[in-house]
Amino acid sequence: MTITSPSSAPSPTDVDGPYLQVEDLTVSFPTEDGPVQAVKGLSYSVELGKTLGIVGESGSGKSVSSMAVMGLHDEKSSDITGSIRVGGTEIVGLPDSRMRKLRGNSMAMIFQDALAALHPFYRVGDQLAEAYTMHHPKASKRDGRRKAIEMLDRVGIPQPDRRVDDFAHQFSGGMRQRVMIAMGLINDPSLLIADEPTTALDVTVQAQILDLLQDLQREFNSAVIIITHDLGVIAEMADEVLVMYAGRCVEFGTTKEILTSPEMPYSWGLLSSIPEVGASTDARLIPIPGNPPSLLKPPSGCSFHPRCAHRDKVPGDLCFTELPGLTPASNRAGHLKRCHLSNPQEIYRTEVLPEIAPDLVEETR
Amino acid sequence: MFAYVVKRLLSGVVVLFLISLSVFLLFWYGPSEPAQTICDNDTSNRCTPARLEVFRENLGFNNPWYEEYGTFMKGVVAGREIQFGSTTKFDCPAPCLGYSYRTKAPVFEEMKTRMPATFSVAIGGAFLYLTLGVPIGVAAARRRGTVADKALVSSFLVVSSIPYYLFALLTWLFLTISWEIPFFSETGYFPITENPAKWFAGMALAWFALGAFGCTTYTRYSRGSMVEVLNEDYIRTAKAKGLRDNTVVYKHALRSALVPVITIFGIEFGTLLAGTIFTERIFNIDGIGLWALQAVNQRDLPVVAATAIFGAAVLIISNIVVDVIYSVLDPRVRLS
Repeated sequence: MTITSPSSAPSPTDVDGPYLQVEDLTVSFPTEDGPVQAVKGLSYSVELGKTLGIVGESGSGKSVSSMAVMGLHDEKSSDITGSIRVGGTEIVGLPDSRMRKLRGNSMAMIFQDALAALHPFYRVGDQLAEAYTMHHPKASKRDGRRKAIEMLDRVGIPQPDRRVDDFAHQFSGGMRQRVMIAMGLINDPSLLIADEPTTALDVTVQAQILDLLQDLQREFNSAVIIITHDLGVIAEMADEVLVMYAGRCVEFGTTKEILTSPEMPYSWGLLSSIPEVGASTDARLIPIPGNPPSLLKPPSGCSFHPRCAHRDKVPGDLCFTELPGLTPASNRAGHLKRCHLSNPQEIYRTEVLPEIAPDLVEETR
Repeated sequence: MFAYVVKRLLSGVVVLFLISLSVFLLFWYGPSEPAQTICDNDTSNRCTPARLEVFRENLGFNNPWYEEYGTFMKGVVAGREIQFGSTTKFDCPAPCLGYSYRTKAPVFEEMKTRMPATFSVAIGGAFLYLTLGVPIGVAAARRRGTVADKALVSSFLVVSSIPYYLFALLTWLFLTISWEIPFFSETGYFPITENPAKWFAGMALAWFALGAFGCTTYTRYSRGSMVEVLNEDYIRTAKAKGLRDNTVVYKHALRSALVPVITIFGIEFGTLLAGTIFTERIFNIDGIGLWALQAVNQRDLPVVAATAIFGAAVLIISNIVVDVIYSVLDPRVRLS
């Protein structure tokens, strides 16, 4: 079998610094009622071998920002500004013909709901082989098929040489997601974006899929972005966490930092709304009040102020009038937050923690 | 799948039985006296009550309907002998659809000679439905929201709001009569076996009228279906693989988008095959549709029954074919 080299992917080794660098990314969609600002001034970076988790509720811009990285937004119906560098190549404004060579090749995306994301009329093997032969023009159809079987085997699908001829609907949910992962990884991408890869899977299958992703990441040493609203997934997978709200980064830090000492009320809200398996049946979940803000007319000042329980602790009407900058948090370097509160750690310890994890309060005393 | 087709064919036979039954009943209990029209025709409008009675007797309208229906059905299955008046006897082998009251010719034989004309119209028209309608619809879907798309959609809506007979009549009036375009001068059916060029020229205007009018529907269907499919998750997946736009549209999206279009097309093609009354009448094509129209006007029961049964049979078969094609296009569909 002849393994042909990918057509024109920049080799990841000659890039200094993070493999993916996003700087001041803004994505907006013009509509009749004015532009919808889905992502505003977002910056982050991911190194090879590292995993960045992006959390936030629906409409916070998680998926939109990573679709922009993949160049999947329709040029005619979206405005993208800022800079996205993948392996040293600036892809904002890159012509589609060159973008296509990167897409699915040196960067790939795994979508949620594999049943909808795989073509219902084509055999999974053909869909996998297509992804391979597209970027390996010299590969024959048989090479593509062989590669497809190899990848199905790699992601743990039993009897891959038989299942390669099945259709997506003939797989179980977990197996289908494995097919999706096999398709994402078929060209050994250096950057893998997993958009809620475990949504709609049951808990045991979810754990298997996450383990698989971690194994594959170790093997391929790729940079991974995992998009989720499940902090459990974040705790399992991510090295660093980016919390998004209304299109902006509101908190950033290592996973441990964000999960143990978050400094932004929205992150507190996310932590408070996790159900606890061992909790008594009388215990109440604490939801974040209100709804995600309109991206057409975002709230003045801090986007989160209409739903924030702690806005009264900020002197004056700062929360209503001024957007807080992304500033270093009080405790550790690299931890950034976007909040006017001057003593977030204290509020978290005295007000939030007793609500969500009383036993932890005992320990820290 | 074989069992499914057999099951569908059997239920189709039941439908045909019911349709032939209702045609007979309508003749017997309908508002006008069939024998009167035939008597008037045959006697140059000098039909006396005595002669009417003779016609009634000969045509079997004096017998109970179920007896006549039984005779007719026996003829379809086993053939029969038919007697006009007291002297002439015809032998009619199965499948015997009777003899025309008007021409005294066997209905089944005449149907066979008229089929090529109707099939020529139907195949040519249906070909244009798809070859014009689908590509235009796909092109519009890819440019949806643009000025070109809006102009196309609204102008096609105008065309399809015109009644078809008016559209066909105007086509004929302008192209053949007013502008006297030589190619369109002689419309009608000429056997393809004798002179293919003449066949083509005779059919061209009918095809054009049928195709230009019908393709607007297919443009709308395929545009709508394509717009929907282009928003599917698996199309985004295909793009994320780095495929070319044309591959995404023509390989991944079109196949899904065609499924609903094929469903409608199959039924409509069946309707065309069953006889196009307006088209055949306006462009003077001696097909099944024109024949059925004349038969209704002349109360020619065997011909009316035969054309109705033929139309129903064609529709039933095209429905089955659509279901089979559907299961081939969409692997999730299993016929059972």
